[in-house]
Amino acid sequence: MSLIESTATELLGQLQSGRTTAVEIAAACLKQIDRHDAKIKAFLRVDRDGALARAAEIDARRKAGKPVGRLGGLPVAVKDLLCTKGQRTTCGSRMLENFRPPYDATVIAKLRAADAVLIGRTNMDEFAMGGSNENSAFGLTHNPWDLTRIPGGSSGGAAASLAASMVPLSVGSDTGGSVRQPAGFCGVLGMKPTYGRVSRYGLVAFASSLDQIGPLGRSAEDIALLLEVIAGGDPLDSTSVDRPVPKYTESIARPLENLRIGLVREHFGEGLDAEVEAAVREATRVYQSLGATVSELSMPHGKYAVATYYIIAPCEASSNLARYDGAHYGHRTDEKAMAVELAAQRKALQQTGDSRKLEALDNPLIRMYRRTRAEGFGAEVKRRIMIGTYALSAGYYDAYYLKALKVRRLIRQDYDRAFEQVDLIAGPVAPTPAFEIGEKVDDPLAMYLLDLYTASANLAGIAGMSIPCGLSTGGLPIGLQLQAPPFEEERLLRAAHMFQQATDWHTRRPELS
Amino acid sequence: MSTPHKVVIGLEVHVQLDTRTKLFCSCSTQFGAPPNTQTCPLCIGMPGTLPVMNRRALELGMKAALALNCEIPRFTKWDRKNYYYPDLPKGYQISQFDLPMSCDGYLPISDAKGRFEPKRVGIIRAHLEEDAGKSMHAEAAGKADSRIDLNRCGTPLLEIVSEPDMRSAEEAKAFLTELKLLLVYLGVSDCNMQEGSLRVDANINLHVDTSEGTKATPIVEVKNMNSFRAVERALAYEIVRQTEAWEETHTELGGPGGFKTTRGWDESAQVTRPQRTKEESSDYRYFPEPDLVPVTVTEDQIEQSRQSLGELPAALRTRLEATYEITPYDSDVLVNQGRALVDYYIELAEACGDGKQAANWVQQDVLRTLNERQIPVEQFPVSAAALAPLLEKVRCGKLDANRGREVLAGMVELGRGLEDVMREMGIAEVDDSALETLCRELLEANPKIVADLKAGKQKAVGGLIGQAKKQNPNVNPGKVRQLCLELVEKM
Ligand SMILES: [Zn+2]
Repeated sequence: MSLIESTATELLGQLQSGRTTAVEIAAACLKQIDRHDAKIKAFLRVDRDGALARAAEIDARRKAGKPVGRLGGLPVAVKDLLCTKGQRTTCGSRMLENFRPPYDATVIAKLRAADAVLIGRTNMDEFAMGGSNENSAFGLTHNPWDLTRIPGGSSGGAAASLAASMVPLSVGSDTGGSVRQPAGFCGVLGMKPTYGRVSRYGLVAFASSLDQIGPLGRSAEDIALLLEVIAGGDPLDSTSVDRPVPKYTESIARPLENLRIGLVREHFGEGLDAEVEAAVREATRVYQSLGATVSELSMPHGKYAVATYYIIAPCEASSNLARYDGAHYGHRTDEKAMAVELAAQRKALQQTGDSRKLEALDNPLIRMYRRTRAEGFGAEVKRRIMIGTYALSAGYYDAYYLKALKVRRLIRQDYDRAFEQVDLIAGPVAPTPAFEIGEKVDDPLAMYLLDLYTASANLAGIAGMSIPCGLSTGGLPIGLQLQAPPFEEERLLRAAHMFQQATDWHTRRPELS
Repeated sequence: MSTPHKVVIGLEVHVQLDTRTKLFCSCSTQFGAPPNTQTCPLCIGMPGTLPVMNRRALELGMKAALALNCEIPRFTKWDRKNYYYPDLPKGYQISQFDLPMSCDGYLPISDAKGRFEPKRVGIIRAHLEEDAGKSMHAEAAGKADSRIDLNRCGTPLLEIVSEPDMRSAEEAKAFLTELKLLLVYLGVSDCNMQEGSLRVDANINLHVDTSEGTKATPIVEVKNMNSFRAVERALAYEIVRQTEAWEETHTELGGPGGFKTTRGWDESAQVTRPQRTKEESSDYRYFPEPDLVPVTVTEDQIEQSRQSLGELPAALRTRLEATYEITPYDSDVLVNQGRALVDYYIELAEACGDGKQAANWVQQDVLRTLNERQIPVEQFPVSAAALAPLLEKVRCGKLDANRGREVLAGMVELGRGLEDVMREMGIAEVDDSALETLCRELLEANPKIVADLKAGKQKAVGGLIGQAKKQNPNVNPGKVRQLCLELVEKM
């Protein structure tokens, strides 16, 4: 098998046995990017020289018999919202187009310490808001399985880079499904760890209480490897949880005995594509054949998950994104043009003698804020800032934000009750396979409903994972979602591995022209 | 400055907590550094940064709250207060909204001169929050640039909100003085107003008795007061202004035109002036800060904090009055000077055995020197142990009080001990037999005075004292008087 088609775990074995080098792997990945990324556009930027230099340095260390980190020279692609010292971190937004943070995110620091080769930055929906990558300020990413279709989002570039065999490992972030859904649409694996499992320090925030950094890969073992590197408590993130990180790679091959899988009755109702349902049901039969019992259960508050999510996430976002005002860093409007505009408006009002409008005319600071934010943010980001600002306003707070918090607790209770009966919850990742580019751009509500099966895991703070489990008749990947109680990532990984021992969906790759 | 109406004043005080580092990052809080040198990605609001609570700030806040007799809830949380301003780089301030770290306390105030009755001023709440940066605006608004210094951004503040319990400008000033003293005693803040470590906003209005019942005038929030004197004057000004405004317009709070306004104190003109209030400022869209976990406070932590308070000003005053038999006025002067001076006083009082005398000397002589030299009592050249024997000599009449003061001045000047300085100044104690010899000689030489004294003209003894001092400057005039009178009696 060629280097680019191998899993990270296989590559690591080859590196350790000396059958290949980090430079060879990096070069193969760069070549694949060169060949295909002009069409797929998974990457916003590729650090060719940096990656090769880093790979050479790691090879030299290994050759000299010196210690090499856990990732031993494997290329890793990073979603463009993890702050990286001195390097552009755009978050898919004009606002941060030229922003270079003076610090590394904790996850970046951990990747460096583990001797990952940071090969490039993947495309994403602006500020991680979206499910199709159509909201990136820097252009679309195409689904490698069908270039006319979206790769999912917001970690669309991360999933596409794996599906197109451009990298063996990718790091994304998941606020309402942003790792699991694109992984499902691109036929790769993706995990949203438990809230607090991975440090958020240096992750450009979308919705702080929901955001979680997650690994993407092409096998359960690879996810285990990457999670082992990035997980752990962090004194820089007060919401991270300081508990030991299990050796996921060591336990992963142990099958789960007496596994109890639950299917949520409400997940198999209206709106679920028949092929997706069939693939998911078939996957549960695979588990049954491996000795698992499958039962149905009810999560009565799940139907409110999307509504709840689209209150809480925009509320937090409206506050998190207030800092992008042009005053201190990031995009600022052209001040000369602004001054000219203001002067003209003032003059016009003076001529008409409209003193009330003159009085209400922006002062230069307010106008600077307005223009900067109007220019710097895309439509979806603006929409969510407005929803959040509205929902937090005096008189609406109780009806929206506070109510949403209550429902959030009920959703968590649903999970707690469910996990008394079953070890894992299985179901679809998204209602349909990847849709066509442009199909839903004018219908935000339809876009929001894509999060139907994923958002509740973020609201409850539990762990979830997406595993390839089939292909549609149109040849598009279908994902199986597994969900586990908080801090049971190990259970997810062992279950995913069991499935992959019995099926080969995860090995399927698109034909790239 | 008086008004026939009831004055209602509430205060909002922000004090900077005396931590080494900021509330959510490890930047220094040192005052006076060049602009924007004490900043980091967190306190300039860069994306991806996350706050980490400074536990020391919570400890100091808790001490202050306990000393203000507040309740400490077992569970407290952080909230975001959202508003746009260039000195607030995140676009929100991390503060505490509905579950503050403390509430429902009080601070007793009184006036040693008795200008108002002792009372308790209620404390609604005291909560923690981060400070914003500092904006420096060029004069011509809209033309020149504004400059921002973010050194102060993220500095821990304790916001203390009083009940509207104060009924005069004097009471407000007394509250602030006592609050500052308390916080300085606790080591919670240096309360330096010049450096912005203590800031005061006041809310004031009048309750007017009318034939239709009590009516409230519109509340005015007064800002820009840079000293306690300024607070007192600004409030006195407002009392007059609001009284006149009521006579003129009868505008009621909540009635037509009767909304709350903000006015700034103009120190040079000694008037308050209306300030433009930001229209949006009414809606801060508070919500729980998702980047910080709520704080649970244990019974143990509260008990430990209580133990660490030490003796607070009010208790100290009471102890000084009871132990050393000094007046409330004296204890007030001493305690208001700070713990170090009180310790000096206590040592002196114990060593010389006369609390009243010690209080007089500390208040007059020691404090005068400290003020003249602008030094703290720790740098006063004469220790309490060295001063005590001087007071002893004065008390038992071996040294005249005025002579004693000269000796103390000498000790301060020369930095030497009592005996040394007395020798240097040629002051010798006059022993009792020498004094009697001197008096007998004087009586013999002044038969006219003796006759006057015998005739009951006690004033005549002054002539003898004058002559005695001429012959020996060290004699104690009181003793000369007493002895001469005794001798004449026996003649
Ligand atoms: Zn800082």
